[in-house]
Amino acid sequence: MRFRAKIVDLACLNHFSRIINTIARLAKTCILRLTVCKLYFILSDKVANGGASMWCELSQGNFFDEFQMEGVAAEHNEIYLELVPENLSRALKTSQSAKAVKIKLTNKHCPCLRVTVELPSLSSSSRIVTHDIPVGVIPRRVWNDFREPSVPDFDVSLIYLPVLKTMKSVVERMKNLSNFIVIEANLSGEMNLKIETDLVSVTTHFKDLGNPPWASEDGCQSSTQGRDLESMTEACIDIKKLQQLLAGQQVNPTKALCNIVHKRIVHFILLHEEVSLQYFIPAIA
Amino acid sequence: ERYALSASLDNARHLSSLLRAVPFQDHATCFATASGLRVTVEDAKCIQANAFIQAEIFQEFSVQEESVMFRVSLSVLLDCLTIFGTSSLPGTSTALRMCYRGYGYPLMLFLEEGGVVTVCKINTQEPEELLDFDFCSTKVVNKIILQSEGLREAFAELDMTSEVLQITMSPDKPYFRLSTFGNAGSAHLDYPRDSDLMEAFHCNQTQTNRYKISLLKPSTKALALSCKVSIRTDAQGFLSLQYMIRNEDGQICFVEYYCCPDENITEAEL
Repeated sequence: MRFRAKIVDLACLNHFSRIINTIARLAKTCILRLTVCKLYFILSDKVANGGASMWCELSQGNFFDEFQMEGVAAEHNEIYLELVPENLSRALKTSQSAKAVKIKLTNKHCPCLRVTVELPSLSSSSRIVTHDIPVGVIPRRVWNDFREPSVPDFDVSLIYLPVLKTMKSVVERMKNLSNFIVIEANLSGEMNLKIETDLVSVTTHFKDLGNPPWASEDGCQSSTQGRDLESMTEACIDIKKLQQLLAGQQVNPTKALCNIVHKRIVHFILLHEEVSLQYFIPAIA
Repeated sequence: ERYALSASLDNARHLSSLLRAVPFQDHATCFATASGLRVTVEDAKCIQANAFIQAEIFQEFSVQEESVMFRVSLSVLLDCLTIFGTSSLPGTSTALRMCYRGYGYPLMLFLEEGGVVTVCKINTQEPEELLDFDFCSTKVVNKIILQSEGLREAFAELDMTSEVLQITMSPDKPYFRLSTFGNAGSAHLDYPRDSDLMEAFHCNQTQTNRYKISLLKPSTKALALSCKVSIRTDAQGFLSLQYMIRNEDGQICFVEYYCCPDENITEAEL
């Protein structure tokens, strides 16, 4: 098992740091999966995470100038590591004006990701800051636990999210009033956010959001054909999880959608140019 | 539909920023008459804060009977009024419509910004009797009007280890003095009567009164928003602080605090 990579471009480095910051806000620990072409940050829906799960995918070529990976075996050319993303985020904080950042998998006393930040200095030799981030190597026999989550294609409404800034403000205020929020949407571009307690009920109505075309896995027309476009699918979720997701978006995504599976799960899809982030929040029973 | 109270505001901030000047309590009493809306909070049976928004500030304001009164949670009301956020982007504002059917009904708020509509239904409670400080101009012993900027720093930096804020008003020196008695010692801040900040000075009698500092400290918010403050005391040492606040459109609103003097002091201590 070997892994070493290097980022030299400052814009790529800052973008990578921002992604890690977003991940750190969503997960205390997560899995980093390395393949030849991609990096994945995975949070699986264990009870400890409050049932939320995350799947973030980036193409290494868009960030790294050098990327060498040798997996656990030839037929399984991948590496799965468990780490605390906040540690990686902190290591990258020192890299805002770095000349280069190298990441290497080492095993001196225990497995670590060694992050080496080369900083400019006035003298001829650079300043080097090294962070050793402990990681856990995930054995191949449990790799199946970390597959991309799939979502049923019936009783769903796939819809573009409203302007995130507005959604963020509304959800933050609603968080002061209630622990749970109902999110509902239909195939006519309408979405409502609702909270209800003994003291107050608040509903925010978004219109004209647009529904992306739905393509189910086998490429056929979706089973939403013939369904009443105005009928809503809804799910009641933990408002803190939604607020964390929205607060973590430091840059506006290119595309932001969500898929509400009636009373089951809300699936958020946030696409930036080089990275896709999926976040799944289960409905409260 | 006949509503006991029905009002519209093009800019909800005219209401929300004023309500922020009044300390958060679970219960705020809303009292509406044809002249406008008054929101009152009280604490410990010795301090009362009132925010007045005149009917003229609203684009529409109608009260069916002589007056309408109900109680709501002020923090819930504020969260609803600021549902679209508190930062003010130039050119954007949240429009508000407020409706109240009458006794037993919830307060309905309709807020709109950028085509997004939020509907709030806030449960109301039975109004409770409010304190009456019986503060009228004939009973005022001492009165000064100061420009708020003069007091802001003083109030922001009050020594909170002092249990009381002592206010001295006098026709003679020190004229107007704020004192605290904290762990590090006592601090006195004097304002001379001929100071630029002093807009009016009408002190007839030397009076020194102490007020619980924890009760007065929240008035710092109202002070921060205001351009002028009037400070008045009556023969019993009751204090009235009236803050004149200009909103974004230059319209004037008032916030008023009334406070009882702290009774735990004797003549000997003064």
